[in-house]
Amino acid sequence: MYSEKVMDHFMNPRNVGEIENADGVGEVGNAKCGDIMKIYLKIENDVIKEAKFKTFGCGAAVATSSMATELIVGKTIEEALKITNQAVADALDGLPPVKMHCSNLAEEAIKAAIEDYLIKTGRLNKESECGACGRRCDDLHHHLDEDED
Amino acid sequence: MDNKIIYFDHAATTPVKPEVLEEMMPYFTNKFGNASTIYSIGRESKKAIEEAREKVAKALGAMPREIFFTGSGSEADNWAIKGVAYSNRSKGNHIITTAIEHHAVLHTCQYLESDGFEVTYLPVDENGLVSPEQVRKAIKPNTILITIMFANNEIGTIQPIAEIGKIAKEHNIYFHTDAVQAVGNIPINVNELNVDLLSLSAHKFYGPKGVGALYVRKGVKITNFLHGGAQERGRRASTENVPGIVGLGKAIELATNNIEQYNKKLIELRDRTIEEITKKIPFVKLNGDRYKRLPGNVNFSFQFIEGESLLLMLDMKGIAASSGSACTSGSLDPSHVLLAIGLDHETAHGSLRITFGEENTHEDVDYLMEVLPMIVERLREMSPLYEKVKRGN
Repeated sequence: MYSEKVMDHFMNPRNVGEIENADGVGEVGNAKCGDIMKIYLKIENDVIKEAKFKTFGCGAAVATSSMATELIVGKTIEEALKITNQAVADALDGLPPVKMHCSNLAEEAIKAAIEDYLIKTGRLNKESECGACGRRCDDLHHHLDEDED
Repeated sequence: MDNKIIYFDHAATTPVKPEVLEEMMPYFTNKFGNASTIYSIGRESKKAIEEAREKVAKALGAMPREIFFTGSGSEADNWAIKGVAYSNRSKGNHIITTAIEHHAVLHTCQYLESDGFEVTYLPVDENGLVSPEQVRKAIKPNTILITIMFANNEIGTIQPIAEIGKIAKEHNIYFHTDAVQAVGNIPINVNELNVDLLSLSAHKFYGPKGVGALYVRKGVKITNFLHGGAQERGRRASTENVPGIVGLGKAIELATNNIEQYNKKLIELRDRTIEEITKKIPFVKLNGDRYKRLPGNVNFSFQFIEGESLLLMLDMKGIAASSGSACTSGSLDPSHVLLAIGLDHETAHGSLRITFGEENTHEDVDYLMEVLPMIVERLREMSPLYEKVKRGN
């Protein structure tokens, strides 16, 4: 059911790990839903120099985490924020419809990590929250249903 | 990695035994006659069906006229529950079942609820057991049916069927058991157990897919399931699947004749695997009762990792197994059975089911124990949940 590229990124994930004193850290999802993604970013002059991740989740969740970190390294934060879940899925030669919510998670994790960076550098108010962080399984279910329709 | 596949998913399905296939083969080709006809090749088919019926009856301690062939175990469950419910509606509308039934039972009960029936879903304890006392207490004046599975497909827990049967009999309530996982693994006598209806499926004990049977005790009021011709004494119309029925007959005969030896082997593999996983891998939990469980069933939760990832990695190593993780079920919720025994979602997502069968050996377990600890460790190293544990918060 998975493309070869998904299997490759699942079996040999790129950029697994943590970054000490990361400039931005984003964690989205929850264990109840069966997937959590945590992304660490090293950012210099608004350019992403390094990205690492840790993921609890299915094959698609691991593969999208791996691909998402590959896609953002070398990009400015503005460019990285424009990466959509569809772009991550496309880069993996597609995902099965029931797995598309995993790619949402990758997009949300990138956003959360960049927002954390912006907060740390004083350019974003702590009050303004990451839209993804508080999302629950139910919301993801909706996404899933929409994707399937 | 070589191409050999180690198959550890016998609760999902089993391969057809060569002896079974051999008996089936003539009924696809030269013995193709319709069993409802009067010429010789038709009569031959009829005879083959009746011989298979006798074999099934013998395996269950029943009479041949109490055995009805169906297209599957799910069909047998549907027929038993809807058939008894609709036929006995004037007596009452209450059904007792458990929270850990197979979906063929659960969804049938939910369907009946939408049609005015009332269903009690008994909770189970942390090992997946329902107590006879719970059943007794749930009985009401309008209870017409108790339907409780013999053994659970995911965690392997075996229910106290004889005790429940006794209670059902005392109260004059029909008792159905979904024995799809039990037949061929546990000796069954429907009279000793006071079971009124029992579902089984051939492909779980080395028979073909697409054929099952329902035992219906003589005198049980049940509606006909498929309306049409006079097959199965008019209760389940459809031209009989003769090769399938012949295969079921042969498979149940082999399975029940050999049950003690088969169980001894499976229990050895099971107990060894449970022991070694517990010893070699930290943060694990055995799901299901340690002793009241199917001979070939092992079900563990591995904390901090997700089941589908585990299955994919095992698959890459040539091992076929199963999980109660949401990601393998097509829904986003983990197994209702694992939630019913009290696991939190996170632990339920990280389950692995290994079900042993005929062709498995100790070498297969050696190999499993070589690769499984590595895979679990690798996935944990990738997991943000494990990172928190290692840091001690």
